[in-house]
Amino acid sequence: MSARADANVDRSWTGALARWTDRKLPADRLFPDRQPAYVGSWVYVFGVCTIAALMIVVASGVILSFFGPQWWHVSPQGRFFNSLHFWSVQLFFAFMVLHLWGQYFMASWRDGRAPTWMVGVTIFAISIVTAFTGYVAQQNLDSQWIALNAKDAINSTGAGAFFNVLNFGQMYGLHVMMLPIFVITLVAVHVLMVRIKGVVKPIDFEETH
Amino acid sequence: MDAPARILQWGFIQISVPNLIVIGLMIAIFVLALVVPFPRHHGEDTDR
Repeated sequence: MSARADANVDRSWTGALARWTDRKLPADRLFPDRQPAYVGSWVYVFGVCTIAALMIVVASGVILSFFGPQWWHVSPQGRFFNSLHFWSVQLFFAFMVLHLWGQYFMASWRDGRAPTWMVGVTIFAISIVTAFTGYVAQQNLDSQWIALNAKDAINSTGAGAFFNVLNFGQMYGLHVMMLPIFVITLVAVHVLMVRIKGVVKPIDFEETH
Repeated sequence: MDAPARILQWGFIQISVPNLIVIGLMIAIFVLALVVPFPRHHGEDTDR
C-alpha cells in the first residue's frame, strides 16, 4: 500500500472496529446458512437449547420483577410464572452441563479456541452465583433458611463483608440486574467467538479426510 | 412433594433420589444425542 493510500485509512476506533469486523466476522460467517457435515449431530443442539432456556428465564424474570413477591407467591398467574422461571433455570443448567460434556469430550478448546472455552467456564460460574442469589431472593421461608445457613459458609471465606446473603436488597439487585447483564453479555461474546473460529473439527478429522 | 427427599448412601457418597434421577436422565439424553441420527434434508450437501 502506498503512503498516500495509507494516509486515507480511517484511523478512528470506529474505522478500526469496522475493518476488524470485516476481517474477522464477515456476514456469511456471522449468519452462516451451511455448516460442515460433522455438525450434523444432536450433540451440537445442547448449546442452542441452553440459550433458548435462558431466553425463557429472562422473559419470566422480567414479568416476576414487574409484579413483585406478593404476586408471585399468592396469585395463580404469579405462581405460574414463578414456576416457569424456576423450571427454565433447571433446563438452562441441565442443557449447559450437557453442552459442557459434549465440548469436553470433543476437546473443543483446540486450534485457538481456548478463550471460547474459558468464557464458557466463566458463564457457568456466574450462572451458579445468579441462581444462588435467586434462591435467597424468593421472599419465603425457603429463601430465609438457605440464606441463614449460607451466611456462615460465605462469612468463613471473608466474602461476607461485601456479599451479605441476609441482605435481600443486595441479593435481589444482583440477581435481577448485574449478574444477568454479565451472563447475557458473555453468552453473546461466547456465540460470536464460536462464529469467528467456527465449530471445532472432530479429533480424527485430518486422519479420515 | 412437600417432604424431604430420600437420601441414598454408599460409604462417603451420598445423594438424594431426585438428584440421582436428574443425573441419570442427563446421561441418557447425552447418550441418545450421540447415537440417534440427526435428520438431514434430502439431497443436502453440508460438507464444505
